[in-house]
Amino acid sequence: MTSIETHVRKPYEYGWSTDIESDLAPVGLNEDIIRLISAKKSEPEWLLEWRLKAYRHWLTMTEPRWPNVKYDPVDYQAIHYYAAPKQEKQLDSLDEVDPKLLATFAKLGIPISEQKRLSGVAVDAIFDSVSVATTFKATLKEAGVIFLPFSEAVQEHPDLVRKWLGSVVPYTDNFFATLNSAVFTDGSFVFVPKGVRCPMELSTYFRINAMSTGQFERTLIIAEEGAYVSYLEGCSAPARDENQLHAAVVELIALDDAQIKYSTVQNWYPGDEDGKGGIYNFVTKRGLCRGRNSKISWTQVETGSAITWKYPGCILQGDNAVGEFYSVALTNNYQQADTGTKMIHIGKNTRSTIVSKGISAGHGQNTYRGLVKIMKGAENARNYSQCDSMLIGDQCGAHTFPYIDVRNSTATMEHEASTTKVGEDQIFYCQQRGLSAEDAVSMIVNGFCREVFKELPMEFAVEAQNLLGISLEGSVG
Amino acid sequence: MLQITNLHASVEGTEILRGVDLSVNAGEVHAIMGPNGSGKSTLALVIAGHPSFTVTQGSVTFEGVDLLELLPEERARMGVFMAFQYPVEIRGITNAYFLRAAVNTLRKARGLEEYDTIDFLDVLEEKLKVIGWSESFLSRPVNEGFSGGEKKRNEILQMAVLEPKLAVLDETDSGLDIDAVRLVAEAVNSLRSPERATVIVTHYQRILNYLTPDYVHVLYDGRIVKSGGKELALELEEKGYDWLREEVVAG
Repeated sequence: MTSIETHVRKPYEYGWSTDIESDLAPVGLNEDIIRLISAKKSEPEWLLEWRLKAYRHWLTMTEPRWPNVKYDPVDYQAIHYYAAPKQEKQLDSLDEVDPKLLATFAKLGIPISEQKRLSGVAVDAIFDSVSVATTFKATLKEAGVIFLPFSEAVQEHPDLVRKWLGSVVPYTDNFFATLNSAVFTDGSFVFVPKGVRCPMELSTYFRINAMSTGQFERTLIIAEEGAYVSYLEGCSAPARDENQLHAAVVELIALDDAQIKYSTVQNWYPGDEDGKGGIYNFVTKRGLCRGRNSKISWTQVETGSAITWKYPGCILQGDNAVGEFYSVALTNNYQQADTGTKMIHIGKNTRSTIVSKGISAGHGQNTYRGLVKIMKGAENARNYSQCDSMLIGDQCGAHTFPYIDVRNSTATMEHEASTTKVGEDQIFYCQQRGLSAEDAVSMIVNGFCREVFKELPMEFAVEAQNLLGISLEGSVG
Repeated sequence: MLQITNLHASVEGTEILRGVDLSVNAGEVHAIMGPNGSGKSTLALVIAGHPSFTVTQGSVTFEGVDLLELLPEERARMGVFMAFQYPVEIRGITNAYFLRAAVNTLRKARGLEEYDTIDFLDVLEEKLKVIGWSESFLSRPVNEGFSGGEKKRNEILQMAVLEPKLAVLDETDSGLDIDAVRLVAEAVNSLRSPERATVIVTHYQRILNYLTPDYVHVLYDGRIVKSGGKELALELEEKGYDWLREEVVAG
């Protein structure tokens, strides 16, 4: 098996950094820092109070140790909780954005110049702690859709933000979500009013640039009765020797007959081939299907980060609500992922589908952890879960922890699991037909992930396939 | 075309091939027979370049090129094809996609234009007739959920599409019912041409009823101990392999 055991990763493609002066908060965390962040964003008093409540609660909490990942303790006092590229205040148009920032996003392939109108996707580009540009604001406004950086939404729609913020992930939720509630800086806010089908895909691109900073974004998406929105997020960061913390919170709310589709292609810096550096991706994502016949779909392709800890879930409160979770998580070199979902069935006839594909290569450790909970009143609830693991080489690991909690005897539960090893024979078979070993692995892995990729919007599906190919490059010799 | 000289090969330190000599010219069909464990499949896999086997002595050349120096895919691109005894499954990748990826890699290597989806479907339609399949097989994942016989037929479909110069069939007939054996034989016959050669590794004589080999070789204990015409196969069918042991021991 020597040919499969040779692991040399192609350098991370997005590992460069932008040389731009930053407005940095002093290092460390205390109430003054939180007041500083809140003041920088000119926030109303209630939001500052909310942050402070979260911070005080956080001080009583301890970092979770149950995930199946290993890392050195994070020094929360060694992080800058706010970093912004220095620029003149109040930009009226994209022309005023620092060309270095525009160049950064251009290099990342993110179209923030509206003239290009690539693929008709509205983009919110977030650089460290602030939103740099949001495209297509006017077009969306016409349709009645609000798509704003979170800090602007606080200014322009304070009532909406106040009504929904923390309604799905309360500030007491968990260690990282609580930390985020205290120090979150920017993120996206989406509001799709009753009966509106959002006319284009919405997308946020997150970029960590400054050193020794954490990124704590907060995203809130509300789809009113009968509304529909598809939202994509992408992310990357420079290659650095230090570990950087990313602790985001995403809250989704779907009212009656509303549908939210949330897709992620996560490509934070994964660390080098010896496991040095990389992003700690500790994220809380949850959707509330509040209304009848509402639907929330999570699709994630997780290829980056040194450590991933996230469980995008759905609370199926409304009758006939549908929750879906489609995931591809890849760990190569020394990456570790503990990821999965939570499906909480409360309403009658609620349905959930879980399709998880874990790929481990190099010394990667990949854990699926999922909870399906059927509450007492959830008559005729149904769940289908499928957890597939793929191993490449013999130094990696795949682990599955499915938790099932059923409190109503009318529930129907299905769980399927498989583990496959990409063997020399499979690769040899493809080679015998003329394909190179790398193309063979890429093809085998893409075939394995097909059920998830077909859930992604078109442009993202192609990006995800390429990303998997790149992330696996060199995993066979 | 194919020249094998004094080939020794081992797996995990155990020598399986102990000096094989074989010469195959364009236009010829050779059958390699022998009892279980004689090294028939090893010979096929070594020609194709399977990494589990180490060649310790001897040489294999194809059209004058040292095959042992080449990666498996480079051999394939030169026109060496192997039909596997146990074809693997590839989940989520359709037969059509896999075939097109393979044929285009070969065409590219040979400086030919790659097929687009539409052209390729026309090519496939023609080839499907060779094995008597409907198009529904094309949208199924490679070998997934295929019966043993279907997997073997799929190997023949791949051979028909890839049009190799040298095809090595490793026990393609075993596990097939008599109709399927005839179909495989007909497919091989239809690909016969003065530019191509076929090496059929088989345990049984029956497939040779449908495709007449020019030469029959008996592989025994890692060596070719006897070669002859098609009548040798009949003799083996009648007498089994035991008499050879006596001959080898006496030899």
